[in-house]
Amino acid sequence: MDRLTLFQEKLKDFSVEFYDVNGTPGIITTPEKVLDVCNLLKNDADLSFEMCRDAVGVDRFQKKNRFEVIYSLYSLKFKDRLFVKVLLDTKNPETPTLTVIWTGTNWFEREAYDMFGIKFKDHPDLRRIYMPEEFEYHPLRKDFPLMGIPGSLYLPKK
Amino acid sequence: MSQSVFEKMKEKDSDIPKSKILDALENQDLSIEFDDVLENEMVLNMGPQHPATHGVLRLLITLDGETIRRIVPDLGYLHRGYEKLAENMSYHEFIPHTDRLDYLQPIANNVAYALAVEKLIKLEVPERATYIRTICSELGRIQSHLIAYGTTTMDSGGLTPFLWCMREREKILDIYDMFVGVRFTTSYSRIGGVANDISDEALAAIRKFIDEFPGYLKEMRDIIERNKIFINRLEGIGYMSKEDIIDYGINGPILRAAGVASDLRRDEPYLVYDKMDFDVITATDSDCLARFWVRFQEMYESVKIIRQCLDNLPGGLVNALSPKKALPRKDKIYTKMEELIHDFMLVNFGQNPPVGESYSAIESSKGELGFYIISDGSGHPFRMKIRSPSFTNLQGIPVMLKDAFISDSVVIIGGLDPVMGEADK
Repeated sequence: MDRLTLFQEKLKDFSVEFYDVNGTPGIITTPEKVLDVCNLLKNDADLSFEMCRDAVGVDRFQKKNRFEVIYSLYSLKFKDRLFVKVLLDTKNPETPTLTVIWTGTNWFEREAYDMFGIKFKDHPDLRRIYMPEEFEYHPLRKDFPLMGIPGSLYLPKK
Repeated sequence: MSQSVFEKMKEKDSDIPKSKILDALENQDLSIEFDDVLENEMVLNMGPQHPATHGVLRLLITLDGETIRRIVPDLGYLHRGYEKLAENMSYHEFIPHTDRLDYLQPIANNVAYALAVEKLIKLEVPERATYIRTICSELGRIQSHLIAYGTTTMDSGGLTPFLWCMREREKILDIYDMFVGVRFTTSYSRIGGVANDISDEALAAIRKFIDEFPGYLKEMRDIIERNKIFINRLEGIGYMSKEDIIDYGINGPILRAAGVASDLRRDEPYLVYDKMDFDVITATDSDCLARFWVRFQEMYESVKIIRQCLDNLPGGLVNALSPKKALPRKDKIYTKMEELIHDFMLVNFGQNPPVGESYSAIESSKGELGFYIISDGSGHPFRMKIRSPSFTNLQGIPVMLKDAFISDSVVIIGGLDPVMGEADK
């Protein structure tokens, strides 16, 4: 059976939407359903996505569903990829952490928090990963200027 | 008589009020307790400027005697915001920045980026260019693994192999000088091909190099293969179970050293790897020694791939003939009107790929190097995420270093082979 049809059949209870990442299948889901969907994706013997290799934060800069997190899953058994996109709220971007399913998402989620201010509920260690702790902004948001905000970073005096 | 004198003296003494210090000395408990020195926990700050951390990695280590109890890595000292920069420049302009990601193998990073953009804009590349790119990726892998080899031996106490690996690496850089024009920051791949055709002189130099290189590899192998000091320093150190490695999303040589034959060159063939005959090297011990030998053996496989590419290298163009997507040659821009217009349009407005998302990854020397590009139809990416292998691999450090000795931390970091330019982006 085709892998895409298999995904559609296995995930039909969750009523997730499918999208295309230039030839690779992806699914669109919500913060409420993402834990159940990912549990199934990892533990089902026919799907078997043992690895989460990346999490991509996105700022769409629109009124509804401004933020997104895209998890990049990989199956060692079937040499297969799947992207799981979680649509997040504009005002309060929050989603449950996936560290309970794949421990490796810890740093990916910290990066998304650092760059976009996306909060991950029950994350074990939600700190900034690249920027200094006292930095107040989220640099990859579209409303953060390319040249930075003067005075936002503490610099030693000349 | 004497008794009375003493009694008198005693009476005299009691009359004098004691000084406060004397009183304190006599009446208060002044005993001090010393803890056992070895039972104290100590916090050690390692890095960011430390020769063994291979860049600017900072580790906060809680030590119990000499044993590491807890470890917190701190990244970001080389963060330059490449993802933000990419959103503000055209697809072509970003190519030189990919050199600075994994600066041990810039030429392979160029290939990874060019492949990602070509997948997004759906551009076919001439066959000769793909063969040249395969040669470049494999030279890059040798270049990077040589450093991993040299630094691991140096971290475990031998300086001679490091000098040997630098000597071999120098030959690769000289070959780059012949066909790229520069030695280090190459920027060789272009969107739609490569910057310039590879000359016969450079091809002869590559062939000479891969003919001689296995001999030098044997020399490098002989000096350490049965060296007791080297083996004792690496064997069983930095163990991480296969399940943990998969759970942490770590891939590349570290995953293969744990017994999982996962290699994107074979699993998701790109370039011309599907036509090549090579083995995916695996080991089962999942310790520093296994990782070391996996990298070492992969250099032989790279030599094999380069030899097959050289034997089958087709002729023809090295740049796609697609004026709306690939830049024309410089000499034509100055003489032909059409090419001048296309060059102007591409440089000023960019490739304008269709709206959508695209992901493309290669097996770099450290693992999966991928680019997730979201396009909104304009000439620059709406969002570009760099999936850097070093960043993910570094996440395993707390597991590998737990309950190890502080002196082993150096070889464990060396066994991970991180490049901070890539991890910090």
